[in-house]
Amino acid sequence: MIVAKRKPIEEIKKMLKGYKKVLNVGCGTCVAVCLAGGEKEVEVLNAQLDMARRLEEDPIEMGAFTCERQCDREYLGTLDEKVKQYEAILSMACGAGVQFIAERYPDKPVFPAVDTTFIGVNQGVGWYEERCRSCSSCVLGLTGGICPVTMCAKGLFNGPCGGTNKGMCEVSKDQPCAWHMIYERLKQQGRLDCIKELQPMTEWQNQVPRTVIQPGYRKPEKETEQQKA
Amino acid sequence: MAERGEPKSGSRLEKILRAGHFAFTGELGPPRGANAEAVKKKAAHLKGNVDSVNITDNQTAVVRMASWAACIFLLQEGLEPNFQMVCRDRNRLAMQSDILGAYAHGIRNILCLSGDHPKFGDQPNAKGVFDIDSMQLINLVKFMRDEKKFPSGTELDEPPRMFIGAASNPFAEPYEWRVQRLAKKIQAGADFVQTQCIYNMDRFREFMKKAVDMGLHEKCYILAGVTPMKSVGMAQYMAKSVPGMDVPESVINRLRGAGKGKASEEGIKFAIEQIQEFKEMEGVAGVHLMAIEWEHMVPEIAERAGVLPRPELS
Ligand code: SF4
Repeated sequence: MIVAKRKPIEEIKKMLKGYKKVLNVGCGTCVAVCLAGGEKEVEVLNAQLDMARRLEEDPIEMGAFTCERQCDREYLGTLDEKVKQYEAILSMACGAGVQFIAERYPDKPVFPAVDTTFIGVNQGVGWYEERCRSCSSCVLGLTGGICPVTMCAKGLFNGPCGGTNKGMCEVSKDQPCAWHMIYERLKQQGRLDCIKELQPMTEWQNQVPRTVIQPGYRKPEKETEQQKA
Repeated sequence: MAERGEPKSGSRLEKILRAGHFAFTGELGPPRGANAEAVKKKAAHLKGNVDSVNITDNQTAVVRMASWAACIFLLQEGLEPNFQMVCRDRNRLAMQSDILGAYAHGIRNILCLSGDHPKFGDQPNAKGVFDIDSMQLINLVKFMRDEKKFPSGTELDEPPRMFIGAASNPFAEPYEWRVQRLAKKIQAGADFVQTQCIYNMDRFREFMKKAVDMGLHEKCYILAGVTPMKSVGMAQYMAKSVPGMDVPESVINRLRGAGKGKASEEGIKFAIEQIQEFKEMEGVAGVHLMAIEWEHMVPEIAERAGVLPRPELS
């Protein structure tokens, strides 16, 4: 899932300065699961903003709405009517959701309430860890299911570097060295040959905005253009 | 050594190693400023005492004068530089152009490194580039030199005939893999390697034995890394705080046992004993002396270790 962190209240207050009526939109998917931007977090943030602005004698009216998925047009439609009643939108979704809202309502200022942090896993209640950088060129098959791009601090493809420290990464005593783990796992599986050969330079696929169209599908815009022609 | 083939570069270090001499290389850290005199002053201590001088590249992720620029000062002073290049600060495009520029200026050795993480420096949130890793950089230089092409396949009009170096750390886990990793660097194109500073002699002997059993010393020149300890404090710091460094208790105790004010002399004695053992050790082709901020001691260490005079080449 996509994991996000709520921005500090001061930063959010600064963005909303001067606005009197703002709609706070939560998202019911990833950010709800990671406790950053679901229905409950919308409520909490609105209460905080309401109180802070009242103390400053500059009250703000915060609306609340949580849609199922801000990254999906189908669900965003439910917002259209509501948005008309507000000056600005605060979105608690990931960066994709924020941008999708901004795209849909180009005349409304849209502000992010969270910092989108990573694609990760749930290790325990409220505890998440990064696992994927969505580089578009997955090598997990060669590296024992441990991602060198994400889990190695230098993103090495031919590690480990010389800084490995008692199985930990040179950057921190608390961060296991990814390449140490890769080595141990492949050894256990009798697959060390996977990392004996030089892994050539990566042809990075993530240097421009990426688009995926699954086999058998087409961009609808293209279809309409073709129909028009 | 039949496997070595024709000389690959115009490097003096390569010539010395090919002639079967025991190589002796030094190291110089550029200044934290645009101070040409600082480079020349350090270089003066090394001149005539070493075959080639590694010029560090923003070591420990702290900004210093560019490695290639300090290399040019060394050439002007009549020393042979070894251009260190880390993967942290440049993408592959900048690497290729720096390699071409360095070669055009007369630089003939390059040492390919991953580089310390930006976190260690004084600008810890700088973005680490790591577009390619040290293994891929070795291979990139080899490709440009031997295939005379850019990675795209486009011809180069004059290839950079560099003598390609790499680093090896026998002291970081997983130990069993370290010799394999050296083999991989050789496969990628390393002509010579310089090891991490050695203090744990037992572990190094074991590493060399494995390397010799695999025949790696016949495919690549292995230079043993030596850094003399200046004090007990330095030894303790290296043991505790420098990742990938293995300083056994016995070394710290030896320095401590030397008594007040005598630890640095004891450190030098230990370094000299090491150099003497390396001269005899199978598979070791030379020593890389990293006298960090202690360049002025290099002439004395070289003299006492019996590596002077350095061979003259015709
Ligand atoms: S210590 Fe391990 S995880 Fe850390 S940078 Fe080096 S290889 Fe990567």
